[in-house]
Amino acid sequence: MKAEILDKLQDARRARRPVALVTDLGSGAQALLESGRVIGDDALAADALAAAMKMLDRDETGTVEAGSRRLFVHVHNPPSRLIIVGAVHIAQALAPMASLMGYAVTIVDPRRAFATDARFPTVTLSDDWPDEAMQRLDPDRRTAVVTLTHDPKLDDPALTVALRSPAFYVGSLGSKRTHAKRLERLRAAGLTDAELARIHGPVGLNINAISPAEIAVSILGQITEVRRRDAK
Amino acid sequence: MTEALPFDSGSDDVLATAAAWKAEGRKVALATVVTTWGSSPRPEGSQLAIDETGAFVGSVSGGCIEGAVIKEGLAAMKDGRHRLLDFGVSDEQAWEVGLACGGKVQVFVERVE
Repeated sequence: MKAEILDKLQDARRARRPVALVTDLGSGAQALLESGRVIGDDALAADALAAAMKMLDRDETGTVEAGSRRLFVHVHNPPSRLIIVGAVHIAQALAPMASLMGYAVTIVDPRRAFATDARFPTVTLSDDWPDEAMQRLDPDRRTAVVTLTHDPKLDDPALTVALRSPAFYVGSLGSKRTHAKRLERLRAAGLTDAELARIHGPVGLNINAISPAEIAVSILGQITEVRRRDAK
Repeated sequence: MTEALPFDSGSDDVLATAAAWKAEGRKVALATVVTTWGSSPRPEGSQLAIDETGAFVGSVSGGCIEGAVIKEGLAAMKDGRHRLLDFGVSDEQAWEVGLACGGKVQVFVERVE
């Protein structure tokens, strides 16, 4: 790999721009594909370029055949995101565990005593109201959203935005009773049954979790199960 | 607060380490899983960076083939040629190192110039 390619690849990854490194597995020639442009020493054939762009779009790394060439397309998309609503005790376990799994974590909580840098030293904090914060964060299909406050004032506006977004996972903490009441409120507020069916609630896999860290494991287990379901 | 480089797929940031080693003037090789068959332990795109002393970060398997890959990385640092290595069930493959889990992987090894 040429130093120039490695530098440009790292620049794109730092700036969180989607980029793909294409390697001809026969000749070893390499090129970077970014925003439809090719940088590198390999003049990729048009069909190879098209195949690589499709892989980038699908967030898929692997080999493609292009004529007599075998190309390895290594997709480097920005990290998937986890948006946590509620800077509560469970979030203190959930945020660092999610970071370890490669998620870029944002915690939303307008209550200033909760969302402090001292409690959450390594994640992005937002003290906007959840509906504003969620609109600004604009969840995409590589985003998971989990609400943890139990407080309808905070959870409901966040859920309303999340359920109408392409987020791949929406979960909401609360007992079966709390969740039934939540569904009633959201239905009354105009969300459709199809939208409401997207909520994972009570949140997480049933692993008999008790402590905040165990609940975080159950939530991340469920997020992983949903995220990797299609990859099987 | 230090800003860690964002990474995906839950691995160490192997590329950042490779770039940092290179900047320090070390010789560096990079190994990447490019194809997998069956129950191979690490997905396509998994990487391992190696320096001239044999120190490494990342992984291309559950530890079964790292030793052989590091050896090839050291050779690639010397001769500058890239390599495409096949690892699989030991008795079916030319390579003496197999994957205990029964999967097969193909690993691309290159020198960082």
